[in-house]
Amino acid sequence: MLKMTHLSKVYRTEVVETYALRDFNIDVKEGEFVAVTGPSGSGKTTFLTIAGLLETFTGGEYHLDGIEVSQLNDNARSKIRNEKIGFIFQAFNLIPDLNVFDNVEVPLRYRGMKAPERKERIMGALDRVGLASRAKHYPAELSGGQQQRVAIARALAGSPRLLLADEPTGNLDTQMARGVLELLEEIHREGATIVMVTHDPELAARAQRNVHIIDGQVVDLAEDPRFHTAYTAAAGQIRS
Amino acid sequence: MFAYYLQLGIRSLKRNPMLTTLMVMAIGFGVAASMITYSVFRAVSGNPIPDKSSQLFVPQIDSWGPQQNEMGEPPGAFSYIDAMAVIKAHQATRQTLLYPVMLSALPHDANSIPVSVNGYAVTGDFFPMFEVPFQYGNGWSASDDDNRAPDVVLTAEFNQRMFGGANTVGREITLSGHDYRIVGVAKHWDPSPRFYAVWSDSAFQDPPDFYVLLNRALDLKTDSSGRNSCRGNLTFAGWDQWLQSNCVWLMPWVELDTSSDVARYRRFLEGYAADQQHVGRFAWPANVRLRDVMAWLDQMKVVPPESRISMVVASCFFLICLVNTIGLLLAKFMRRAGEIGVRRALGATRHEIYAQYLVEAAAVGLAGGGLGLLLTAVGMSGVGLLFDADIAKLAHLDFSLVGLTLIVAIFATVAAAFYPAWRAAQVQPAWQLKSN
Repeated sequence: MLKMTHLSKVYRTEVVETYALRDFNIDVKEGEFVAVTGPSGSGKTTFLTIAGLLETFTGGEYHLDGIEVSQLNDNARSKIRNEKIGFIFQAFNLIPDLNVFDNVEVPLRYRGMKAPERKERIMGALDRVGLASRAKHYPAELSGGQQQRVAIARALAGSPRLLLADEPTGNLDTQMARGVLELLEEIHREGATIVMVTHDPELAARAQRNVHIIDGQVVDLAEDPRFHTAYTAAAGQIRS
Repeated sequence: MFAYYLQLGIRSLKRNPMLTTLMVMAIGFGVAASMITYSVFRAVSGNPIPDKSSQLFVPQIDSWGPQQNEMGEPPGAFSYIDAMAVIKAHQATRQTLLYPVMLSALPHDANSIPVSVNGYAVTGDFFPMFEVPFQYGNGWSASDDDNRAPDVVLTAEFNQRMFGGANTVGREITLSGHDYRIVGVAKHWDPSPRFYAVWSDSAFQDPPDFYVLLNRALDLKTDSSGRNSCRGNLTFAGWDQWLQSNCVWLMPWVELDTSSDVARYRRFLEGYAADQQHVGRFAWPANVRLRDVMAWLDQMKVVPPESRISMVVASCFFLICLVNTIGLLLAKFMRRAGEIGVRRALGATRHEIYAQYLVEAAAVGLAGGGLGLLLTAVGMSGVGLLFDADIAKLAHLDFSLVGLTLIVAIFATVAAAFYPAWRAAQVQPAWQLKSN
């Protein structure tokens, strides 16, 4: 589903080159739920933005659903984002001027979908996240957890093949975070591929597979005792 | 998507009423100032006879010599001698001579006192040449010209005043003590500028009351009520001496259908002037001109300079308003960089973002155009403060100006939004989403 090979991302200024990702390799199979962890500044979000075609990369290869994306123009990248990828952000990124219904409608508008189908999909997605009754509410009228559920509904409405989540519970309290996580797990059980960037070991432990990034490279957790201990402990707590 | 973008645009405008009001006012005031001055400029600079303006020409012959002319330009009218010689040569498809006359008319009501009425002495070709429309009857023929028939054509306005608008063809009217037979009543026809008489009269004065036969006016020794331009001796012992003077006062027009006709007629004028030099009447080489309607209006500087100046000033004001609008739009659009980033992440292309913000700008332009229309309507009443009354009366808000005001406002605002919308479309979604 998502395969990066020897991928690099370099930010250049006149005096310095900074590698955000270096010889980065990852292969996410269809239907997997992968958690991407790592310390701040390790390149997690850069990975996610490149994976979501929001940013270009400097070198290497990236195949998304079998398509090599490096040569695609803006229109083609936008179309793939719209049809194949759903985004869930830490800050929810709902548009404050639009009510819940209209927020969820945004990706469907860019797909050129007819109004009746849009409405059916929007209400279906809102129903799934338990917010159908809040369709006319504005984001400011909702709690953080509800806003994130709206964002999930927006990501789901277009039936994407890949869900990219960036710290989806980062701005939520424990109870709300648990609800959101359960929702993601449910979506995964229904067959979606999910790549989730998180700082939270407990959250990461709920994923099928963990990928750890340090200094822009994927490292094997088993060979890094500092993190191995923390994640094993978190996983044990969750299972118990 | 247009309806969606429009919906988003209107919603965005409502969200920032202060900023929106500023932009709408900038566009409204700018477009109103431009439209008010344009309405005057349009009235004074338009083509008064678009169907035929390239076929109607004013011939000029230098009958004064280089010492008496201004910048080598021959006089703008003919002396009687040249006028008669040229018209008798019959070198054009149609030709006419005309000069303004003022006569007195006695209204139908016997108790009324005579009133002064203005008109033109013309030849019969005047009516078909200038496509004068008729309500009743027609003009007169060339044989009527030759026979010096006592024919008159009244204008619809004069016919209304004198006869209540009845069909007066065949009836008689007394003008300055002479009886005339009404052969036609022209429909309202007042080309603006009044191209055919700009050398003599104001191009924008009130329309004439009648047209009489040139030959009969000459026979009756009817003076020109317009411009007479002479060089040298200005004292004349009687009408005949006036006719033989170098004074120019008869305005000639010819109709020439093709470019070869124009070339041939120009050669004819040059030949005539050369002949006059040969016989000793002109002591200078042939110096002639042949200008069509628009070139003639340009030569006569019909468009008042204040009209051009005010339009330039108003355009500059509008430009300043647009520059301010660019700044306001830029600020408005870039404040929404976060939203743009989200839309891009959800599948919007750069083109779609660009289109969305241009449509929003068009909505501002439409609102600005609406305000501009109101201000233009109000401003029309103040045109008289800037221009002569004859010119100010021409400015009016018609459907074409309403449409133009809205179109200019929308297009100008959209053009002003090109850069802000482009900047909005360049927003890097990754940076925006990371910063959130």
